[in-house]
Amino acid sequence: MSNKPKFAMYWAASCGGCEIAVLNIHEKILDVDAAFDVVFWPVAMDAKYKDVEAMQDGEITLCLFNGGMRNDENEHVARLLRKKSKIMVSFGSCACEGCIPGLANFSSIKEMVDTAFTTITTDNPDNLRPQTSYAMPEGIITIPTLNTVLKTLDQVVDVDYYMPGCPPESHQIAAVVDLVIAALNGKAELPPKGATIGAGNSTVCDECTRKRHEKTIKAFGRIQLTHTDPELCLLEQGIPCNGPATRSGCNARCPSAGAQCIGCYGPAEGVVDYGARLIAAFASVIDSDKPDEINQILDGLVDPAGQFYRFNLAGSLLRSSKSAQKG
Amino acid sequence: MSSEDKKPKERIGVYICHCGSNIAGVVNVADVSKWAGDNLANQGVVVSRDYKFMCSSLGQELIQKDIKEQKLTRVVVAACSPHLHEPTFRTACKGAGMNPYLCELVSIREQDSWVHTDKIAATEKAKAIVAGGVSRVVHHEPLIPLKVPIHPATLIVGGGIAGIQATLEIADAGFPVYLVEREPSIGGHMAQFDKTFPTLDCSACILTPKMVLVGNHPNVTLLTYSEVQKVDGYVGNFTVTIRKGARYVKTADCTGCGICWEKCPKKVIDDKFEAGLGYRKAVYTPFPQAVPKYPVIDDINCTYFQKGTCKACEKFCPTNAIDFTQKDEIMTVEVGNIILATGWDLFDARRVPNYGYGRLANVFTNMEFERLSNSAGPTGGNIVLRDGKTTPKSVGIVHCVGSRDKNYNNYCSAICCMQSLKFAHLVHEKTGATVYNFYIDIRTPAKAYDEFYQRIIEEGTLFVRGKVAEITDAARNPGEEGKLIIQVEDTLVGKQRRIPVDMVILSSGLEPRAGSKEVAKTFGISCSADGWYIERHPKLDPVATMTEGVYIAGCVQGPKDIPASVAQGAAAAARILGKIQQKEIALEPIRATVIEEKCSGCRICNTMCPFSAILFHEDTMVSEVNPALCQGCGTCVAACPAGAITGTGFSNEQILSQIDGLLLLTLDKKKEAAVA
Repeated sequence: MSNKPKFAMYWAASCGGCEIAVLNIHEKILDVDAAFDVVFWPVAMDAKYKDVEAMQDGEITLCLFNGGMRNDENEHVARLLRKKSKIMVSFGSCACEGCIPGLANFSSIKEMVDTAFTTITTDNPDNLRPQTSYAMPEGIITIPTLNTVLKTLDQVVDVDYYMPGCPPESHQIAAVVDLVIAALNGKAELPPKGATIGAGNSTVCDECTRKRHEKTIKAFGRIQLTHTDPELCLLEQGIPCNGPATRSGCNARCPSAGAQCIGCYGPAEGVVDYGARLIAAFASVIDSDKPDEINQILDGLVDPAGQFYRFNLAGSLLRSSKSAQKG
Repeated sequence: MSSEDKKPKERIGVYICHCGSNIAGVVNVADVSKWAGDNLANQGVVVSRDYKFMCSSLGQELIQKDIKEQKLTRVVVAACSPHLHEPTFRTACKGAGMNPYLCELVSIREQDSWVHTDKIAATEKAKAIVAGGVSRVVHHEPLIPLKVPIHPATLIVGGGIAGIQATLEIADAGFPVYLVEREPSIGGHMAQFDKTFPTLDCSACILTPKMVLVGNHPNVTLLTYSEVQKVDGYVGNFTVTIRKGARYVKTADCTGCGICWEKCPKKVIDDKFEAGLGYRKAVYTPFPQAVPKYPVIDDINCTYFQKGTCKACEKFCPTNAIDFTQKDEIMTVEVGNIILATGWDLFDARRVPNYGYGRLANVFTNMEFERLSNSAGPTGGNIVLRDGKTTPKSVGIVHCVGSRDKNYNNYCSAICCMQSLKFAHLVHEKTGATVYNFYIDIRTPAKAYDEFYQRIIEEGTLFVRGKVAEITDAARNPGEEGKLIIQVEDTLVGKQRRIPVDMVILSSGLEPRAGSKEVAKTFGISCSADGWYIERHPKLDPVATMTEGVYIAGCVQGPKDIPASVAQGAAAAARILGKIQQKEIALEPIRATVIEEKCSGCRICNTMCPFSAILFHEDTMVSEVNPALCQGCGTCVAACPAGAITGTGFSNEQILSQIDGLLLLTLDKKKEAAVA
């Protein structure tokens, strides 16, 4: 074993996109390899939990943890890696705020499992369901138990830094890697604990080059059904763009490409409930005093939960629906 | 979320008020006080007390003593609503050398003891409310009120008796007044009345001298035929946009000689001033003593405006004062304070179909009767039937039409009893007819009112206690033929009666002005569900509103008689004169601020501000709140999707920590564990 600082990366309830984003930093990955000893990274190398368990507390210098807390295995590894890591980074939208898996917090476990095992895309003629433990001739085998609701990483363990994005942009990952390496060499200082790293401090609008004016909205439209002006603010054109509420850092990728921001970089600094903020903001610019007309305008938002809480439900003030909490 | 283990940075005093038995009757105040001392020490609570009347001087001294001796840095008072005593406790804290904004008043009366009966649950709720206040107060910042100069001019909207009184009070004190009236003349409803109760002096005789004073007053700018369109700004510094309707008469040249309306060939039914009983011309003043004396041309009825020819008025005007090319004029004025005295509308008696108004010729409304009885009215003061000549031999006066009635308005219109008694007297005096008054209750509570009632009884008016069911012309026996029959349950006799009369007068109630809700919005005040404007306090602050600098007077606040309207006009004027004399006013230092580095210039807030305090800088792409214009309403704070606007006194931190406190998430965990 070298004396290089140790690096770990783990995925809990997530899609794997965060791992790809890390690899997508291209040749910068060689810097990671040069600066760190990669000791645990299931997607890239073979390692066992017991290897980690055998480590000293704080032995891992940097741990990038992505994914939400969907089951007891996720939580176990989160606690383990927290104990063994000096710097625990909540990496990506799932770990930071629940992301798409967190949308299951609108449903009970039964509803969720039924959806997964009975809908038309599933071939399940015997209508089977997963069992958490099963007696085999060789002995009892188990799989992890689902939590009633998905939790964010910081709802389970103490987190040092947050790195938002679904996934985090590669240039931001590269910048963070550079920063940590510089800090290890005493050439830079790490931000205070609890800070959000690898992102901006304002909102997507700050990086968006579209022209904007005073806003008034008479109707919301869906982007695939609307011819939009490529120069003009999408929200002003009635496209429900989440840019005004979403943290900057992505260089306004989606609005630049002609699509509305869907909010993957999460709430701006200091905002507690992303969806509530955005709802208040959209409601504020609706140009009508008549309740019927307002309702009609709001009907243009076909999926309010997906619009306002696509990434943030598990990290929001309410976290989940009541029925989901009951299991 | 909680901050256990950390040493609290503030020293907080908690004071639980009994409010006599108002709070202590339901909430166990001693328990709350002890609980706060035991469980909120981790938040910095160093002293927790309860006291009979915290707002009394002894209660305040208790707090002041603790601030000094215990070196308190924050105070939480759990008592009544901040509406009532926030200033009291802030002043008390200030007196002991603490910044007044470091005191938080939480309500355990309006929000707890007054709305609950379960004593145990109410006590637990009081604890939660106190815990919320404690968590919040930690995040308070010392603030300094902003002082702004007060513009000495006043806008008064509505030229009825309340508005006239207020105008004269302020103008006589030496300060400028803009009096805006929608009609061509000031005077309001009072100008239409014949006599006034209970003294029976002639309404016009006591009103017109005041109207003339207003018209000639050097400090009064009279804007009749005008309406307020928009109000910007805030107490001390309102900018009001007024639309002056085109009169088509050059007031500088007009002498009010009256030749124009004499020569005008177009007769129009006067459904305003004469209540539909008489005619006016297309060019007219509502009545001979109108102030100002200049007529207006009613372009909807004017032959020239409708057909392009006529111009009789122009031909005959000796001073060439007619100008058909005039347009509405928009003007803005700067004022420091505003009085709304826009009065009332008459309940439309057609809405009670069983009383037959509009269908049965000889059913009259109260306003029609006022004009009939008025010697300047269409019949020269002769009380006659709709045929214009027959004097009634019997008259029924129905009280409470549209008032005290679940089908229409629940409230009492306050003036109908006295008005109906006055009608009985006038009918009696002028016609000698038999008069019946149909009443539910007689309400004569003011000075000399009940004496008037006794006098009417002595005059021989017959009183029938009961709500009239129907007024019909369908006779059942020969004695009823050609008459109006009043069907009523006489509740004192306990039987149904049918009383045939020649004439019926309906004492229709008072209603808020049509459009009162929109007007309230223009001026930023609130109205009740009925539509009457809401005073700051129903007993102790009857002419102020919740909007600083906007006052109400007269029937706009609720039905009332002339003396009460005059009193309110004078009261509102006195309040405003007091403010003007101070020359400047301290504004609550509750302001919104844009955190520049967080603002990305999305411009969502730009159209939100009701005070036009938000400015967008095109060069830096950042929005800014002008602190002198901001009123701290919080609209932009809520609208900002980036959380880049923060409201002083209502920061995220303050609100969320108050919620944590209310949910008891901030309690001393170690203590809880020890108890468990």
